[in-house]
Amino acid sequence: MTAPDRPRISLLGTSALLFEAPGTFDLPHQRRIWALAATASKWPDIREAIPGITNLMLTFETPPRQLDDLITALNESWDSVESLAIGGREIRLPVTYGGEIGSSLRSVADHCGLSIDDVVSIHAAPLYTVFALGSHPGYCYLGGMDPRITMPRRQTPLQRSAGGSVSIGGSQTGVSASPGPSGWHAIGHTSWRFFDPSWPTPAALAPGDTIRFEIKQVVR
Amino acid sequence: MIEILSVTGPASIQDLGRFDQYRFGVGTSGAMDDVALRAGNILLGNDENAAGIEIPMMPFSLRFGRDMAFALTGAGVEAEIAGRAVPPWWRSHARAADILNIKAMPHGARLYLAVSGGVDVPIVLGSRSTQFRGEFGGLNGRPLQVGDILPCATSTATIGELGVEPADITLARPNTAADETIVRVIVAGEYDGFDADTQALFWSSSWKITPQSNRYGYRLQGPAVKPKAPIEKRSHGIVPGVIQIPPNGQPIIQMRDAQTSGGYPKIATVIRADLWRLGQARLGSKLRFEQTAYTDALAAEAEMSAYLERLRANVRLVEETRTCR
Repeated sequence: MTAPDRPRISLLGTSALLFEAPGTFDLPHQRRIWALAATASKWPDIREAIPGITNLMLTFETPPRQLDDLITALNESWDSVESLAIGGREIRLPVTYGGEIGSSLRSVADHCGLSIDDVVSIHAAPLYTVFALGSHPGYCYLGGMDPRITMPRRQTPLQRSAGGSVSIGGSQTGVSASPGPSGWHAIGHTSWRFFDPSWPTPAALAPGDTIRFEIKQVVR
Repeated sequence: MIEILSVTGPASIQDLGRFDQYRFGVGTSGAMDDVALRAGNILLGNDENAAGIEIPMMPFSLRFGRDMAFALTGAGVEAEIAGRAVPPWWRSHARAADILNIKAMPHGARLYLAVSGGVDVPIVLGSRSTQFRGEFGGLNGRPLQVGDILPCATSTATIGELGVEPADITLARPNTAADETIVRVIVAGEYDGFDADTQALFWSSSWKITPQSNRYGYRLQGPAVKPKAPIEKRSHGIVPGVIQIPPNGQPIIQMRDAQTSGGYPKIATVIRADLWRLGQARLGSKLRFEQTAYTDALAAEAEMSAYLERLRANVRLVEETRTCR
């Protein structure tokens, strides 16, 4: 067993390795993850270093013959990295809460023992930071959600959730960039372009950018 | 060029995949049976990453716009062109206006049509593979439709019929019952979150591949496998082969079009050397998992590489012999 204050390192078959930082889901931890990603992406045999939420996936160009050196390097780097503060840009996203796409707004409110207006105002209050990209092209995981509107992921993921869905999954929130399967609960939607493969950088947002949701409308 | 005359189900253009765009949320896509696509390209003397057509359902037919060598690999196949049969894992030659009729797939789940020089759709973010979720790559980021015209690179590759031994014969796994696929897996981060009985149930069960299975993921049906206590992970990167356990206890194997991250607990990951076997497992068939160690998984990859190296050597030898005559 790994001590609770030590990182957890586990294999994803022979394709990748997952590093999970100990501690809370917050910006200081995430800044260390960004720093670790910048370091590890330069190591030999590593194809990409992909930040998640206080964790990091390393995909292998070639699977290492043995993993001990890599695991040691990760642990040592985690202990020594300075936090990397990325000064991103701030964008404002108008959101229609509720309605057909945001049909889980009511169930989130019921689950959390709050009114619909409370859920909306709590969700729209913080300045969120893009912690990581993942899931599907251009999707951003956001840090900064108020834990009062936490709702566990679905028992069974939906086969199709709409593009632009503003959703809650566990203690996280995010906006989907295109339609597809999802285990999260959609509480609203936005129409903003997050991804275009013809852009020099295909994703509109990057870790460190910030988002403020503006309440455009609440459909009950 | 090639014109699609009939298509059943989501056929798509795929190469080996898009492997270095995870940081933008872009998954690998690529052939579900990469070994078969490589074999087809080897038969034709193509770059092994050349794009071909992945065909998951029959019937399927197309017309060749000019003389061209092609190969069919992957699933078993009943196909004919200009009145003659085309066997599986076989290279053949089409004349301009010939129609290739692919009628049935007696075993396996995906057939690959490779053409001399490869299907020449634009490279997007480093690959020609279709990215369905992002709607790019392949032909306009979508499945093939009747009437589609596919550009093909010009090639001077040698012509002549030639077959190779299918991967499912050479790389057959021992003790595999008919209509059952066994894949090797390495345990993943949350394996210890399941008690010993549940772990045993995961290994001993014969899992049914449900009809809700596709290039995104295989949803399995069997006894509920649930962790000791509910596990809600922070979102993290995942790769094709990862087996997630959602709260209903029914495993989902992430496949080539899977999301690049997730948060359901992971019990194990199918090793890279066995992903192609999943690509050939049919809906409704049975699946079993066999635990393997990291070093054994690397050995399995080496075995797969050795098979492909033999194909390359054999094809080279045949071409050299022909040139000498």
